[in-house]
Amino acid sequence: MTRIIGERLAVFSGIGKSEVGRRTGRRVLDLTVDAALAAVADAGLEVADIDGLSTYPGGSPSGASLQDTLGLEVDWHNGGGEGPAQLGAVVNACMAVATGLARHVLVFHAMSAAESAGGLGGRGGGGRVGGEMQWMVPFNATSPANWHALEAQWHFDRYGTTREQMAWVAITQRAHAGLNPAAVYRDPMTLDDYLAARMISTPLCLFDCDVPVDGATAFVVSNADYGPDAPRLCPHVHALGTARHERPLWDQWEHSAGGTNDAAAMLWRRADVGPSDVDVALLYDGFSFMAMTWLEALGFCDVGESGAFVEGGKRIALGGDLPMNTDGGQLSAGRLHGFGHVHEAVEQLRGTCGERQVNDADVAVVSNGGGHISGCMLLTRSA
Amino acid sequence: MTRALPGIDDENAYFWRSGGSGRLQIMRCGNCRLWLHPPGPVCRRCRSRALAPEPVSGNASVSRFTVNHQQWRPDLDVPFVIASVELDEQPGLFVTTNIVDCEPGDVHRGMRVTVRFEPMDDVWLPLFTPDVKEHEA
Repeated sequence: MTRIIGERLAVFSGIGKSEVGRRTGRRVLDLTVDAALAAVADAGLEVADIDGLSTYPGGSPSGASLQDTLGLEVDWHNGGGEGPAQLGAVVNACMAVATGLARHVLVFHAMSAAESAGGLGGRGGGGRVGGEMQWMVPFNATSPANWHALEAQWHFDRYGTTREQMAWVAITQRAHAGLNPAAVYRDPMTLDDYLAARMISTPLCLFDCDVPVDGATAFVVSNADYGPDAPRLCPHVHALGTARHERPLWDQWEHSAGGTNDAAAMLWRRADVGPSDVDVALLYDGFSFMAMTWLEALGFCDVGESGAFVEGGKRIALGGDLPMNTDGGQLSAGRLHGFGHVHEAVEQLRGTCGERQVNDADVAVVSNGGGHISGCMLLTRSA
Repeated sequence: MTRALPGIDDENAYFWRSGGSGRLQIMRCGNCRLWLHPPGPVCRRCRSRALAPEPVSGNASVSRFTVNHQQWRPDLDVPFVIASVELDEQPGLFVTTNIVDCEPGDVHRGMRVTVRFEPMDDVWLPLFTPDVKEHEA
């Protein structure tokens, strides 16, 4: 049987980002327009050239809303929350250009700090819970912080991982944020600062949690044959990891880290490169511990060794073996929900990161989500 | 503690109201005997539809836990312990719950616990408490 790796027909021709802040006072659609128009211009295209539209999770704003706002006429459109995490919108765009359903797909995702603040934690009182959430919410396991804390504590118990080790994800990324003018929190963080932060859900403290922000991110995913005509370097999609073999319930994982391992293993099965070829890693950090599970799943260290791997910060810092979340990640640059990681990967491969640029970045790995909602991608500077 | 309660229907009443009989009930496949949680319309191993709830011992071990300190709602009393406990009946048979009747700091992985029902409205919440027998031994 012929082995098809159709995602290699896709490139990132343009990227765009709105202003990002704790409270911008602007509507998500307004922010999305900024990001979308920036991405289209960055790709060297006109709005009329966009013939595909893809978003995650749909509805905030909807693809229909953005289509009508910009007056788009599209041959293919898609949006939804199910799939390989936030990356699902990118994966679907790759499939659309690979099949020829579209040539230039506008991919977008917007975040609102105010909407994030409510979440499941806002539930209470007389409301009744149904579906899969009924097995956790009645015990006030209402926040993703709780669900990931359960897994983090399990890792601590089983492998001897410590807060003093995990701290270096937050500390190192804060140092990176200091080199990123667009990051939300840029003041240096010390180990003492981290250890003094208030506890959210053991072992996760405030600095292990990402920062809710207002902000939108957009990309143009184009057929690779557009690359030579584009005004800027177009990183290539080399491989995607979308697998989920694990039980898709937060409290029923049969393996550590849930489906993170499934997506990561699939990524390397489809790749011509391996972990040692990666120059920069943009690993999902909704919580610091999630980035550690990705380090293990992707084979940058052994299972159980991520605490030792990040300790001291040297390996994951700029200039280290594996510079990680060079923009500050969601912990310091703000929760752009995985799309910020993709944006930074494209910038690193283009060599446009200024003070935080990784030298000669040719291969970037991006991961979104975690556990049974996981997706990952390899981007390369050249085909 | 205030809680958002589950909506009770024909599919989940056996679990949420099992406290009425004093025994925790878990769905089980009548064909291959796999315990199923959460339940579905068929067994997820053999796809048999011959499923029925059966009582379990109520004895379990703490697999994963966290002490929640964040006051997500104004009416939430903190700190409290959220845990995933593994029921004795089958490896990997996890139930999310709260560990009660002990100091949050005393909860640990592998801790032996037993079910204790807390009635609220039309629901009996299966909470878990340290196994007294273990402590007396």
